[in-house]
Amino acid sequence: MKVLPVGEDALLVEVSSGDEAQALHAELLRRRAEGSLSAREIVPAARTVLLDGLDRPRRVAAELTAAELPPAPPRARAVVELPVRYDGPDLADVAAHWGVPEREVARIHAGTEFRVAFCGFAPGFGYLTGLPPRYDVPRRATPRTAVPAGSVALAGPYTGVYPRSSPGGWQLIGTTDAVLWDHARVPAALLSPGTRVRFVPVEPVGQP
Amino acid sequence: MSDRALAVVRAGALTTVQDLGRPGHAHLGVPRSGALDGPAADLANRLTGNPPGAAVLETTVNGCAVRPRSTVTVAVAGAPCRVTVDGRPVAWGAPVRVPAGALLDVGPAVSGLRSYVGVSGGIAVEPVLGSRSTDLLSGLGPPPLTDGTVLPLGRPTGVHARVDVAPQPAPPAELVLRVTLGPRHGWFTPEAVHTFVSRPYRVSPASNRIGLRTEGAALERARPGELPSEGMVLGAVQVPPDGRPVVFLADHPTTGGYPVIAVVRAADLAAAAQAVPGTPVRFVAVRRR
Repeated sequence: MKVLPVGEDALLVEVSSGDEAQALHAELLRRRAEGSLSAREIVPAARTVLLDGLDRPRRVAAELTAAELPPAPPRARAVVELPVRYDGPDLADVAAHWGVPEREVARIHAGTEFRVAFCGFAPGFGYLTGLPPRYDVPRRATPRTAVPAGSVALAGPYTGVYPRSSPGGWQLIGTTDAVLWDHARVPAALLSPGTRVRFVPVEPVGQP
Repeated sequence: MSDRALAVVRAGALTTVQDLGRPGHAHLGVPRSGALDGPAADLANRLTGNPPGAAVLETTVNGCAVRPRSTVTVAVAGAPCRVTVDGRPVAWGAPVRVPAGALLDVGPAVSGLRSYVGVSGGIAVEPVLGSRSTDLLSGLGPPPLTDGTVLPLGRPTGVHARVDVAPQPAPPAELVLRVTLGPRHGWFTPEAVHTFVSRPYRVSPASNRIGLRTEGAALERARPGELPSEGMVLGAVQVPPDGRPVVFLADHPTTGGYPVIAVVRAADLAAAAQAVPGTPVRFVAVRRR
């Protein structure tokens, strides 16, 4: 674990894997909840957790450098199920990358339990991990100028769902009617870091 | 709508509602947002007797004009400009009484970019995640003002300040930004780091509430590629593939993959909000306190 100072009152804690970042994030949230860590923002990402708005950054840095990283917490949270139709325009391209028939993409994707590694890009946009590395896919060579809200998409090791229409370069494999973000709802974000997620096909997978 | 309201007569190039923003939600991908020139917004509130978190209007380049439906106290701070009520000149940087139905015109910035219009009671649009700020990156909060928009006002809680004109810093002729290096300065060649803190840059016209873009010497990378996405802070100096530093302002994305060479001290960002395109920029390395 490496602790990098960021400006005057933030620290970037770097670890060696996404799993470690998720475990560290859970541990830092626990410390903030019990009152032993005072941070305005705790932002997990792919291989890091950012602590922003620290009262005593040097002291926190020293504590973290000395600390053992506890094992990943038990998966106690309920699973959020997202209804999905595997009807995306890039389904054939993804099938080609994976080396499987198109309907297998749906079966593999719907058979995976995902976890929100981190959020970013837009309010409510989660970067979901869970697919084995052999199913990594590149971004599209030419991003779309408008990806519809509810698009279920893949890029690199991640699955994501577009909370609203926006430009995007991810490979679109399906659509969901789930409302990912509603600022009038509490909580506004359906997915937050650590949330477990399953995609549930609206129509049985494997029909012609 | 009650008579505690403000009708927008001339929205200007880009006028938004701003308060202290919505920090604390970065882990959900929600930018902090909030007034770019915080001290100016704070002054506009103090002059009108509002608490510090009240929402004000943030104009860009050419001001705006509004007509209150009830008598209010207003104060214009930030970028200096000509202020009139029904065509008569009134003070900038001081509390001004605007009678019900009169036209308050906040003129084009004489210097600087963004003027802040505080109104007694504050702009009382519905808050989103605890803030009334317009966030131009994510679209949260009220949309930018358009002609004909009617904005609700809150009830005044305080008494306006008794000053003639409050002192304010002049918009910068040269923008000096103190930076602490890192966390990713190791991604650049030593020559590039030296260039960054010694060569002059200029404010690019492509700057906005998301970032202050610069023109000048491109910074050469010591290693290619992108970082895995990582959390970004206010004032982060991100270097995209074109090599020109971008200083992240209030509406910045919460995560990003381009390396951050340094972070600007928070106290220097208000001046960045007032630097017009073409303003010389110097990044000065300072030690972490």
